[in-house]
Amino acid sequence: MTPFTRLLPALALLAAVTGLRAETVQVAVAANFTAPMNAIAASFARDTGHQARLAFGSTGKLYAQIRNGAPFEVFLAADQETPARLEKDAAAVAGSRFTYATGQLVLWSPRAGVVDSQGEVLRRNEFRHLAIAAPKLAPYGAAAVETLNRLGLMQRVAPKLVLGESIGQAFSFVASGNAQLGLVALSQVYEDGRIKTGSGWVVPARWHEPLRQDAVQLVRGQANPAAAALMDYLKTDKARAIIRAHGYGD
Amino acid sequence: MPAEAAGAAAWSAVVLSLQLAGLTTLILLAAGTPLAWWLARTRSGAKGPVSALVALPLVLPPSVLGFYLLVSLGPEGPGGQLTQALGLGLLPFTFAGLVVGSVLYSLPFVVQPLQNAFEALGDGPLEAAATLRASPLDTFFSVVLPLSRPGYLTATVMGFAHTVGEFGVVLMMGGNIAGSTRVVSVQIYDHVEALEYAQAHWLAGGMLLFSFTVLLALYMLNPTGGRR
Repeated sequence: MTPFTRLLPALALLAAVTGLRAETVQVAVAANFTAPMNAIAASFARDTGHQARLAFGSTGKLYAQIRNGAPFEVFLAADQETPARLEKDAAAVAGSRFTYATGQLVLWSPRAGVVDSQGEVLRRNEFRHLAIAAPKLAPYGAAAVETLNRLGLMQRVAPKLVLGESIGQAFSFVASGNAQLGLVALSQVYEDGRIKTGSGWVVPARWHEPLRQDAVQLVRGQANPAAAALMDYLKTDKARAIIRAHGYGD
Repeated sequence: MPAEAAGAAAWSAVVLSLQLAGLTTLILLAAGTPLAWWLARTRSGAKGPVSALVALPLVLPPSVLGFYLLVSLGPEGPGGQLTQALGLGLLPFTFAGLVVGSVLYSLPFVVQPLQNAFEALGDGPLEAAATLRASPLDTFFSVVLPLSRPGYLTATVMGFAHTVGEFGVVLMMGGNIAGSTRVVSVQIYDHVEALEYAQAHWLAGGMLLFSFTVLLALYMLNPTGGRR
């Protein structure tokens, strides 16, 4: 008998007493939040015993799937509009919405020393392509356009813009060297509190509307204790620390 | 977006799709003919590997193919080094780049019908032409081509239709630039992602109707097979 099996009856008793049952919750997650959510799900399972099954995709696609009966119980979107819309559609639990992360925009090049600490490289205009996410489809794209407008560079840069359909694709354009610069998500290039490769300039938050990402509990998960537990868990200090370590602000 | 601007954007995407599909199909018919001929007639050991290479785009998911094209045609990739050395610049984010991607992506759809048509000919007509002292080129144009017409029709329709519907490759290496790489499939996708379902339905419906009409006309004008 290993020490662990000796513990089993005690654990079973504890579970029975506290009425805890391990449940599974189906979660739809915006693609930009993949890495932090994997880490959060692991720590959620350790701390509560509940399993979170994650499905990643673009916010627009996930919205269409949820509206057409996809079995998701919690939705972590890349924006605020979509969860609000689901609430209006009566597909989400009213009053469950909250901001779980705030994205940060970074001007990034895979090469060291290309992007200076002030983003002057944008003004110098010595690049062939600047990759951004499509402003109509991705909040990061809208923030990028807003930033370029604020800096008064939109006119000059417009012919050099290449649009990724998502922030992930905009990142591919830059990472592959096809675009010399990109306005991407800090979380894509950030690890252990710093930019891991190349050079980047974190765009000051005042240059664009805050990139707030909201989570919402869906009507399908209303009766699932694991869904409510996950919503609460996203607000814990442990989860917040993971989110910050991945390059998101609070 | 006001209706007029939306209409203009849709129209520009439609025209671009047709240009891309037309040019791709022409290139594939020209380049695919000798390749299909060689595959149909050869007894060399290279036939297996070459056939497998031609069929590969059927296996790879389009966005995966697009991603590798983006990387290999980029400034760090071998393809990108080559195009730069040839003075062509870099292909991603240009219409020319989309043509290269589409030619690769639709290759099996053109080569395979042609190869089947050439194989179905057999040796008889060629030997007959040779005994009448026709040069190989003459034989090809006056005997092989007319006899292979159904194969060419299938190859043209398949190559064109497949390129019009192409999405993953274009999305990955096009950069979604209005007027040069934003084709209809990408435009529809953008509408769906932006939750503009009405515009998406119009564009998708129009595309379906147009394609059906064109295909129907082609098949009605060219009754083939079965009834000889």
